[in-house]
Amino acid sequence: MIEEIGTTELGDLVINVGPQHPSTHGVLHLVITLNGETIRKVEPHLGYIHRSIEKMCESLSYRQFIYVTSRMDYLSSHINNHACAMCVEKGLQVEVPPRGRVIRVLMDELTRLASHQLWWGAMAMDVGALTPFFHAFREREAINDIMEETCGARLTMNYMVPGGVMADIHPDFQKRVKEFIRFFRTKIDEYDELVTGNIIFKNRMEGVGCLSAEDAVSFGCTGPTARGSGVSCDVRKLYPYEVYGNLAFEEVKETAGDCYARYLVRMQEMRQSLSIIEQLIDNIPEGDFQAKTKAVLKLPKGEWYTRVETARGEFGVYIISEGGMTPYRIKFRSPGFSNLSALDHMARGHKIGDLVAIMGTLDLVIPDIDR
Amino acid sequence: MLSFEHITQSIDAWLNGEFSPAVAVSLEGVIVGLCAIGLFAILGLVLVLMERKVSARMQVRLGPNRVGPGGSLQTVADTLKLAMKEGLTPSGADKFLFNLAPYVVIAVAMLILAPMAFARGTQIWDLNIGVLYISAISSLSVIGILMAGWASNNKYSLLGAMRSGAQIVSYELSAGISVISVVVLTGSLRISDIIASQQDGWWLFKGHIPAIVSFVIFIIAVTAETNRAPFDLAEAESELTAGFHTEYSGMKFALFFLAEYVNIFIVCGIAATLYLGGWMPLHIGHWEVFNRVMDYIPSSLWFMGKTFFLIFVIMWFRWTFPRLRIDQLLNLEWKYLLPISLLNLMLMTLVAIEGWYF
Amino acid sequence: MSVKKYISDVFGAIRSLLKGMRLTGYYFTHRREIITQQYPDNRLEMKLPERFRGEVVMLHDENNEHACTGCTACELACPNGTIKIITKFDMTPEGKKKKALDTFIYHLELCTMCNLCIEACPTDAIKMAQNFEHSVYDRSQLTKKLNKPGSKIREGVE
Repeated sequence: MIEEIGTTELGDLVINVGPQHPSTHGVLHLVITLNGETIRKVEPHLGYIHRSIEKMCESLSYRQFIYVTSRMDYLSSHINNHACAMCVEKGLQVEVPPRGRVIRVLMDELTRLASHQLWWGAMAMDVGALTPFFHAFREREAINDIMEETCGARLTMNYMVPGGVMADIHPDFQKRVKEFIRFFRTKIDEYDELVTGNIIFKNRMEGVGCLSAEDAVSFGCTGPTARGSGVSCDVRKLYPYEVYGNLAFEEVKETAGDCYARYLVRMQEMRQSLSIIEQLIDNIPEGDFQAKTKAVLKLPKGEWYTRVETARGEFGVYIISEGGMTPYRIKFRSPGFSNLSALDHMARGHKIGDLVAIMGTLDLVIPDIDR
Repeated sequence: MLSFEHITQSIDAWLNGEFSPAVAVSLEGVIVGLCAIGLFAILGLVLVLMERKVSARMQVRLGPNRVGPGGSLQTVADTLKLAMKEGLTPSGADKFLFNLAPYVVIAVAMLILAPMAFARGTQIWDLNIGVLYISAISSLSVIGILMAGWASNNKYSLLGAMRSGAQIVSYELSAGISVISVVVLTGSLRISDIIASQQDGWWLFKGHIPAIVSFVIFIIAVTAETNRAPFDLAEAESELTAGFHTEYSGMKFALFFLAEYVNIFIVCGIAATLYLGGWMPLHIGHWEVFNRVMDYIPSSLWFMGKTFFLIFVIMWFRWTFPRLRIDQLLNLEWKYLLPISLLNLMLMTLVAIEGWYF
Repeated sequence: MSVKKYISDVFGAIRSLLKGMRLTGYYFTHRREIITQQYPDNRLEMKLPERFRGEVVMLHDENNEHACTGCTACELACPNGTIKIITKFDMTPEGKKKKALDTFIYHLELCTMCNLCIEACPTDAIKMAQNFEHSVYDRSQLTKKLNKPGSKIREGVE
């Protein structure tokens, strides 16, 4: 769809950014119309990594389709799996035991931390500071090691099943998580020293890419993108699921709506995740980690929708079932797709260097957008 | 003792004894030229490896450590790789200028070597306007960059070259004013006079506040002049245009790459000469014993030590700070660095006239 | 902009830059913070967690016996057809026909290591090994037969 941008002046340059580009976080093709150095229009072309996941899920059973969502937003793989498992449980009307619920929330928050760490490293690298990337990965390795011990995999962990989790946590899990919390609390202050307070960084981020609250709502942005503009949209607070209703944490909001505000929102979210993990790690209830379900799951005829808060925003799973062993249709509401639609509005009038900063704060993961 | 002074003087005496003066001078010219090329080669080797190792240590990882003991032959491997690559000339490019540009940049780097003093008595040409000569010749490097950008027949290269040119020309002002501040203290433009005047202490310490301000401004200005981060917008990988050397490959690219590192060495050498005493050991006023102990360390070691320390500081900047946008870069120069350096120059003149320095 | 704000801007900027430099300077001087593991040289010290999902293997004890009954639960559970089981009919001592495993074909090139087959197995016959170096030059080497030649099912496994 090509819209008119008013009059195309003589001397407007149309250039391509991507699909292969060091700063587009995946295969994203942007067609930019430039006037000198100022951007007049940004048009994303998607579909380079479309793998027909939703169609594939129509031929997989309800236990089998969960692993595929790990490969969509691979940085929040536990949270995606969690959403799918919750939707199937809604259809089966199965109750997850308390131990299973607490383990799921712990894994979710660790995944959110890992995703924000990678976001921080990649964002700093896009703006030009090449060192924080390695520091961020060092901390991420600690989380990956914890996951490897309990779930067996480091990136695409297929650990959530309808009814609970696949296996009990490793005996060393609590000890390692406590060590990690202590280790990370010192490091997050280092992050602030190295990048957040830096005058060069602030100059690149303040006043760039402003998104007002009304625009955020009308584009459908969720997650830190919308919370940076003051819109209250944290699914964990507004529609609490699992044990989030009993936990004490804050929804982090900033009102400025520019890149720096979104950056601060994510840094604060990391701290909130740490405090959630601290509240839960000593109070894991005893009992079953998985509810008893049949070997072959069959959902009755109907439609169900669940939503969770991933690191990028609201992720939704919508299942339509005709009563068989495989679903009739599954639809995933991906947060990146709506966040990306605000890019054009935010980038107009800025320079090319600012485009990179704006994409960094939107935290796009392209396989999530293309599915 | 085996000092450079002895070697140069003995070679000079032998040549003048064997041949007529004209032939002796031209033979000396040839020897000096070969030494300069050799110095460039060694510097390229050492500095590229140093950059990679320093960056690795700051990023909690090991640098190259497989090729040669501790990775020391890594640059040799890289040079062989670059030499074997195909040197492509884009169609429609201005062939003469395209091929000439790398050589212009290297030639400028070599010319600046002339008045620099590497050790006691080791100076190729001690002319009476040494500092002015250095400032003037360093301005010529812009020509090479603009040539490369224009001759590539690529609008992105041209954009990058123009940005780079604007950046270099602006920051030369602040660098030049900082240099003048030291000349005001010394009273002479000759390099050997400047070094000799630091006999009883380096200007950084003797000239207290104005000298420190001037030193900081000089270091920032030369980081911008050599297109190093955080001012490396012209060659940033994650921005759109890859700069004026996009279309170069193979040995010509290697020459640009080498010229960048040699430029860093040269400007750090100038900073060391002006503010840190060049080859002069650290003397404190009239503390005889301390001064005599310091004199035991050979002067070439002093010079190299100071220069490499400043090179390390510039590398430290690169791996810590994000990049500035082009308008923020020029903003910094014209609104902050230039007014401050002008005020500093006035202050320094006042200090020099009244004699308020050590 | 007033003179006071100008000067305080400059000093604030310099302070923030120096803070960042102090951090990288700390990492430069402390060699023990380096976390690189030099991979091919450290194969002997490397220990992967026991739950690590490398590839699927069938457990054989010292009499070359395994626990797989050929029930094909894993084949049904696998999302993308990585496992193919070929069964045969054995004669029991009483003279009845019993289903037994002939070949367990495992396509390593298709496996996503999702662990659903291990979960589905009722007799714990298969498990995940910790081997992650699967590169081969010839693709046919990635199609593996998991039951060893000459092995049979252990007594008492149902």
